[in-house]
Amino acid sequence: MKPLRRAAMALLAAIYLAALAAAWLAPAGYARQFRESPDAKPSAVFLLGTDELGRDSFARLLYGSRVSLSLAPAAAALATLVGAVAGVSAGYWGGWIDTCLARLMDLFLSVPWLFLLLSVRAVLPLNVRPLESIGITFLLLGLLGWAGPARVLRAAAHEVKSEDFMVQARARGSSPVRVLSLHLLPNLAPVLAAQFWMSIPLFILSEANLGFLGLGVAEPVPSWGNLLAGLQNLDAVAGCPWRLAPLVLLLVVMACFHFIVPMEDFSK
Amino acid sequence: MNVRWAGFALAWLVVQSPLRSARIPEPVPGGELRFCLHAEPKTFNTLMVSEEPDEVVRFLTGGVLIRMNRETQALEPELAESWRILDGGRKIEFKLREGVRFSDGSALTAADVLFSLRSVLDPALHSPAGEPFRTGQGKPLVSQPGSRRILVSLAAPMPGVERLFDEVPITSARAVEKSAHPADMPGLGPFHVVEYRPGSSLLLARNPFYWKRDEAGRSLPYLDSVRLSIQQNRDLELARFLHGEIHLINGLDAESFERVAAKSPGEARDTGRSLESEELWFNQVARAPIPEYRKQWFRSREFRRAVAQAINRADLARLVYRGHAAPAIGPVSPANLAWFNANLRVPTFDPDAALARLKAAGFSLAGSALHDREGHGVEFSVITNSGNKSRERLATMIQQDLARIGIRLNVVTLDFGSLIERITRTFDYESCLLGMVNVDLDPSAEMNVWLSSASSHAWNPAQTSPETSWEADIDRLMRAQAVETSFKRRKALFDRVQEIVVEEAPVVVLVDKNALSAVSRSLGDVTPAVLHPQTFWNIDRIYLRGGAGR
Repeated sequence: MKPLRRAAMALLAAIYLAALAAAWLAPAGYARQFRESPDAKPSAVFLLGTDELGRDSFARLLYGSRVSLSLAPAAAALATLVGAVAGVSAGYWGGWIDTCLARLMDLFLSVPWLFLLLSVRAVLPLNVRPLESIGITFLLLGLLGWAGPARVLRAAAHEVKSEDFMVQARARGSSPVRVLSLHLLPNLAPVLAAQFWMSIPLFILSEANLGFLGLGVAEPVPSWGNLLAGLQNLDAVAGCPWRLAPLVLLLVVMACFHFIVPMEDFSK
Repeated sequence: MNVRWAGFALAWLVVQSPLRSARIPEPVPGGELRFCLHAEPKTFNTLMVSEEPDEVVRFLTGGVLIRMNRETQALEPELAESWRILDGGRKIEFKLREGVRFSDGSALTAADVLFSLRSVLDPALHSPAGEPFRTGQGKPLVSQPGSRRILVSLAAPMPGVERLFDEVPITSARAVEKSAHPADMPGLGPFHVVEYRPGSSLLLARNPFYWKRDEAGRSLPYLDSVRLSIQQNRDLELARFLHGEIHLINGLDAESFERVAAKSPGEARDTGRSLESEELWFNQVARAPIPEYRKQWFRSREFRRAVAQAINRADLARLVYRGHAAPAIGPVSPANLAWFNANLRVPTFDPDAALARLKAAGFSLAGSALHDREGHGVEFSVITNSGNKSRERLATMIQQDLARIGIRLNVVTLDFGSLIERITRTFDYESCLLGMVNVDLDPSAEMNVWLSSASSHAWNPAQTSPETSWEADIDRLMRAQAVETSFKRRKALFDRVQEIVVEEAPVVVLVDKNALSAVSRSLGDVTPAVLHPQTFWNIDRIYLRGGAGR
């Protein structure tokens, strides 16, 4: 294993561990408002200062990391799995299955999600506790984000299906399950992995946008999404560089992901 | 002050007067004032104005019979030299000012005023300015009892009717014969439209025939022109102000205000409490699709008062609005000088008293969670519109305040359309946090809020008959003040309405926001007020220091 990859894994593990140990590292908690210390600068008490309501920014970053680092990959895995089933089925079997699934993918990609999500919000109960809102948010992201990966995997499956080894496998009389599991899927693994890693930052940012529709992670629970949303006012950030910590952490984590699973692996 | 002190003060004033007059620069005519409109004007027909950009243009180019002084909130004669109320409030007679001319040089005649008033009051025209006159008791009649006298006869007495004429534009009877191009519309205001570039800007030039003069006899306005840039993005508007491209911004939020104050302290103007407040109310609609036991909480006066008592309004004002707001006292802001009930006091923040009140009402605290008599945990949601950072922060702070008395509050942000749908049609919500703005100071303008039958009776609209005794009281008081001609008696009646609202707390008024604006230091005689149009209500007196220099 390359040293850079090892370092990235170690750093990512450290970030995960810090997020899991948030209760010990930041005992003040993410919700408590120290109203006499709003917008405080970093200090021994508040390592990253406080937000406008006096909440410990370090605690919010750790707890937010816990939410986003756990659930964004889960949502990405769900979207990739659903996308893989649909895309590989369409690409491998072709014919009317391909036609139907391709139309469904097009439909999903062309639907104005803003309006659909508003309808989803309308049917959901209002009294959703903050922790439940996290589950709903990432489940929605996972279920709605499958069409993109499905399209890519359909094209990849189409291509692999016409390779010589696939033709030989079918000519030998291998069952479709055997062809799929032994020949097709292993060759699609890099594409699947690429789709998975690419979905993670997308879902982290999408979660922030969902908050605008009342579907995101609810207050007072922090997530990278709502922490990043707080950076919209660039002037407020200009004199307080420590407020960029969520953005820096997001970039570090994404870089780690890329070092752990290098892009050249996807093109094999 | 004793006589000696009074004498000293007089002497000081006498000595200071020449110095003071020497320091105050004389208004210099000329120059162009620049500020932003936040949307495209929809119409230049002053009779049909309904939206803010149109109102701004009308204010700058139109004339009215009576104008409210935005600083003192007193009515002042404008195109009408005087007016009087007759027949117990059923009639109002205006005496027109002589020598007034339109921007095209033609004289203002009684026929123009007759035409304008009849048009505004014509139900078929649907002029927004005529809406307050449409009481359903008959159409007002307009007549001309003398060469310069105009009489408006109302079907029923309308106390305070004279204030409505601040919004009634007087236009030329010949305007309709002319082209619809704004530049051809003769106006009576200090400026008239000379150039309109859709999507870009509007240029207003000084009306050479404007009737007003200053104390020294000089023609007003001082400015040569006003350029209105059409700019929807408030961040860009702020950036343009900070770069000196525009001179004024109305209605700043607290964050933008702080940015202006940090860069140029003298240009950030906090006028104090405005007529805009933030409020929280509980859904008391009987058919609302929420559990019955929760409706019982929301209908309980003690529950509502306890919630009101447990919210730290001072913290809300200090943290969310960075001190540019004040804890609300009641449903009417002290900025409404004539109608605010000065006997009311800011509700005290006292979570212990709130908890005691809840316990007396049958609630009990088990651990850190409050339960009602039947054992239901006290938990409810508050909806507010997404994208409004201030309201989201208010809700988060209220969440922590209520947690101290064992109430779990779930904050839900919704897009504005969904929120309005829930609070006006489906009633599928438990509590709501929203802002309210009083655009008209008179209590009669708030009938649509306080009457139990009204559609804007937030907590339980459109009741066929009042569902509570205190709402019946409010109905009676509001109807009584609406036909009472004595200001003193009207005030007493409306004071009682305010007291009932505070006692019953159907609406928990949280904070009164301050009126914040940005005014370039190159401008003279700008005195921001809380009423629209805030910074340029005295546009004819505003001047640029150095005239055309900036």
